[in-house]
Amino acid sequence: MTNNAFGLIYTGEANAQLRELTFSRSVAAVPFGGRYRAIDFVLSNIVNTGISNVGLIAQRNYHSLMDHLGSGKEWDLHRKRDGLFILPPFVTKDNTGVYKGTVDAIRSVLGFVRRSSQKYVILSGSHTIFNTTFDDMIRQHIETGADITIMYSEEHDFDRSEQYDDLRLTMAEDGRITDLAFNPYMPDSPYMGCDAYIMEKTLLEYLVEDAAAHGEYDFMRDVLIKNVKKYTFYGWRYRNFVARLNSVNAFYKYNMALLRPEVQADLFNREHPIYTKVKDEVPAKFAGDGRAVNSMVADGCIIEGEVENSILFRGVHICKGAKVKDSILMQASFVGEGSELTHMVLDKGVAVLTGRRLSGHSNYPVILRKGTTV
Amino acid sequence: MAKKKVVAMLLAGGQGSRLGVLTKSMAKPAVPFGGKYRIIDFPLSNCVNSDIDTVGVLTQYEPLALNAYLGSGQAWDLDRNNGGVFVLPPYVSSTSERWYSGTANAIYQNIPFIDQYSPEYVLILSGDHIYKMNYAEMLESHVKKGADATVAVLSVPIEEASRFGIMNTDDSGRIVEFEEKPKKPKGTKASMGIYIFNWQILKSYLIADTAKPDSDNDFGKNIIPAMIEDGKRMFAWDFSGYWKDVGTISSLWEANMDLIGDEPKFSLYDKEWRIYSKSAIMPPHYLGADADIRDSLVTEGCIVHGKVRHSVLYSGVTVESGAVIEDSIIMPNAHIGRDAVIRKSIIGEGALIGSGASLGCEKRADEPDYDTKLTGDITLIASSVSIADGMRVPKGKVMMNGEEG
Repeated sequence: MTNNAFGLIYTGEANAQLRELTFSRSVAAVPFGGRYRAIDFVLSNIVNTGISNVGLIAQRNYHSLMDHLGSGKEWDLHRKRDGLFILPPFVTKDNTGVYKGTVDAIRSVLGFVRRSSQKYVILSGSHTIFNTTFDDMIRQHIETGADITIMYSEEHDFDRSEQYDDLRLTMAEDGRITDLAFNPYMPDSPYMGCDAYIMEKTLLEYLVEDAAAHGEYDFMRDVLIKNVKKYTFYGWRYRNFVARLNSVNAFYKYNMALLRPEVQADLFNREHPIYTKVKDEVPAKFAGDGRAVNSMVADGCIIEGEVENSILFRGVHICKGAKVKDSILMQASFVGEGSELTHMVLDKGVAVLTGRRLSGHSNYPVILRKGTTV
Repeated sequence: MAKKKVVAMLLAGGQGSRLGVLTKSMAKPAVPFGGKYRIIDFPLSNCVNSDIDTVGVLTQYEPLALNAYLGSGQAWDLDRNNGGVFVLPPYVSSTSERWYSGTANAIYQNIPFIDQYSPEYVLILSGDHIYKMNYAEMLESHVKKGADATVAVLSVPIEEASRFGIMNTDDSGRIVEFEEKPKKPKGTKASMGIYIFNWQILKSYLIADTAKPDSDNDFGKNIIPAMIEDGKRMFAWDFSGYWKDVGTISSLWEANMDLIGDEPKFSLYDKEWRIYSKSAIMPPHYLGADADIRDSLVTEGCIVHGKVRHSVLYSGVTVESGAVIEDSIIMPNAHIGRDAVIRKSIIGEGALIGSGASLGCEKRADEPDYDTKLTGDITLIASSVSIADGMRVPKGKVMMNGEEG
C-alpha cells in the first residue's frame, strides 16, 4: 500500500514553561539531541512513511524555523509534485493573522488541505519527539474504520506543574476511545496522546469549519473532546521512546535520556534516519587533555577540557582545564579555560569566559539565554 | 548555453593502484578521508569556494562509488541551472570507441562538453590531492600575466625534488624548462598537477597531440613540454600551504594524522573555506561511560566505549569496551570488537574486527612472510572484511576477504 496521506504540522505552540528556550524561537525550532531541532523528528517520521506532501503551519517566531527548513531538500521534500509547504499567517478580511487556536490555524490553511490530492491527513504538533513511521497507524485506522485515530503512549510519571497539552485517553478493550480528558487534575488513565492524529481530510475540513462556525478554536477541547461520543475514535499505541518538550525540566530530562544506549538505538534507528539541516562541520576534535565520557558530541566541537554526562551540539568549544558536567551546550557555545559547569543549559552562542563556575541543580537546570556572555 | 569564464575539469579516472585494496572497488577520489570526507571533496569544495560553478568529473575506473557520491552535486552547491557538476565517462561515438588513453586524451574527448560553455579558461585538476586553494587567485595571476598556461607549483626541499615534475622558471616566473622526476634537479618548484589554460590554445594542442600516434596523451609528459618548446607564455604560480598527494598508503595515513592535534598541520576550521561533503545522516557520536579518548577526530554516528589515541574515526564506527585503537584510521561503519587491539592500521569501510583480535602487532618469527611493499609498517584491512576473534594481523600485512591480500 502506498500511503495515500499528507502531513499537516502545527508549529504555533506557545509554551511559557520552556522559558528562555522559546524567547526567540518557536517550540518546533527548539534544539534537541545534539544536532536536531524538535521539528526534525515529526518531519522525518512523515517522510520515512513515504509521504511527500507536507504543510507546515507557522505562527510565532518562525524565522529560525524557516531558516532551518529552507526548501525542504534535507528532508527530500524539495519536489516538483507536492513537497514542503510552509504556511505562515496572513491577514485577510476574515483572518486577523493571529490564530486564536489550532482550529483557527488549520482553517486558515484549508486552501492547502483542499489542494492536497491524498485521502488521509496526518495532523501533528511539533514538540513531541519519537521515531517511527505512521504505516501501522494508517493501517489500523483503515482496518478499524475509525473516524479519527489518536497516537498515544503509556506514561506513569505525573507532575502537575509540568502539565501541558496533556490529553488522556480512556479506551475500551478493542482500542475504541470512550473518554478523553484534557489536562486532568488527577489523570485516571496512563495513556497520553502523542499529538499525532489520522483522519480523512474531508472530515478535518468539516470539523474545523463546524467548530469555527460555533466560535470554537481549540482542537483538543472543541473538536476532539466534544465529539468523542459522536464519532468513532481509536487509539494507536506507540511503545517506544517518546519525549514531550513540555518544560525546561522535560527538555533537560529527555536530552539526558539520549545518553542511554537503548534510547539512542530507538530514537536514532538507522532504518529510519532523522534528517536535519546539514552544516558541513568538521569532525569533532579531541586535543591536548580533552576527553569526554558518557556524552553525546556533535561535529565541529573542539574539546580540550573534560566533559561528562553532557550533550554538546555542533561547534562547541571546551577550552583547556574546563570541566563540563551534566549539561547541555547548544550550537557554537564556548567554555573558557578552567571554567566549570554543572547542570547548565547553554543556548546557542553562549560564551562562558575564563575561570567561571556556574551551577544549576538536577531539578532546576539553569538556562543561559542565546548569545549571553558570562 | 550561457558563457562561462572558466570551466574546471577534474581528472578522477585513475585507479590509484598504490592504494592497494582501498581502491579495489572504487576510484581513488572516492576513497574516504579525514572522518567525514572523500578525497574529491577537497578539489570540489575549492572550486565552489573559488566561485567556479561548472565542473566536469572525468571518470573511468570503478566509477560507481564516485557517481553515487556525487549525485546531483547538491552537497557542494553544484546543482545549478546553468553549470553544476557533471560526471563524464568515456563514451562510444559515431567515429570511434575508446577509453581515455591519458589525462590529455580525457579532456580531448570532452571538447564538446567544454565548448558548450565557450569558456575563456579551463582549469585542470586531479582528484587525489588534499589541499585548500583559491583557484580564483591563480586565475587572476594567469590573466594579469597574459599567460597561455599557468601551472601551480609548490616549493619542495631540493633532496625530494627528484620525486616530482620540476618547473624551472626565470625571474619573472615564466617557465623555461620542465623536468619530470629529474635525477639532478635544477630547481625546487614542483608541479601540483593543477593547470589553467586559455581554452582555445589548449584545444589546439589537444587536437595536435591526439594526432600523434606515439604520444602518451598526458599533460605532464606531452602537452606541457610541447607548449614550452613552442615558446608559449607559461607561468608558474607559487602556492604555499598544506598540500598532500594521497596516492600511497603511507601518505594517506599521514594526511589523516595531519588533521589531529592542538595545532594540526592541516586545519579544516576555516569558516570562509569550508570543505563540503555529503552528509551521512547520522546522530552525534556517543562516548560511553567507559570511553577513554584523547587526541583524535570522531564524527557522527560513532559509538565509542574503548580506548582511542591519536586516531581518526569515520562516520558510524563502533568501538566496543576494552578495545584499544592507536595511530589508526577507522573508515565508515567499521565495527571494532571487545578487547581488540589496533595499532597503526587502516581499517576499511564496514570491516568487522573480532573480539580480542590484534592488528599491527609485531610479526612473530613463526609467522609466514608477506609483502609490505605498498604498506610499509601500516596494517591494512580491506572494506567489508571480517577478522576472526583473537586473530593476529602483524604489522604491514594486508587482509582482504579474510585472506592475505
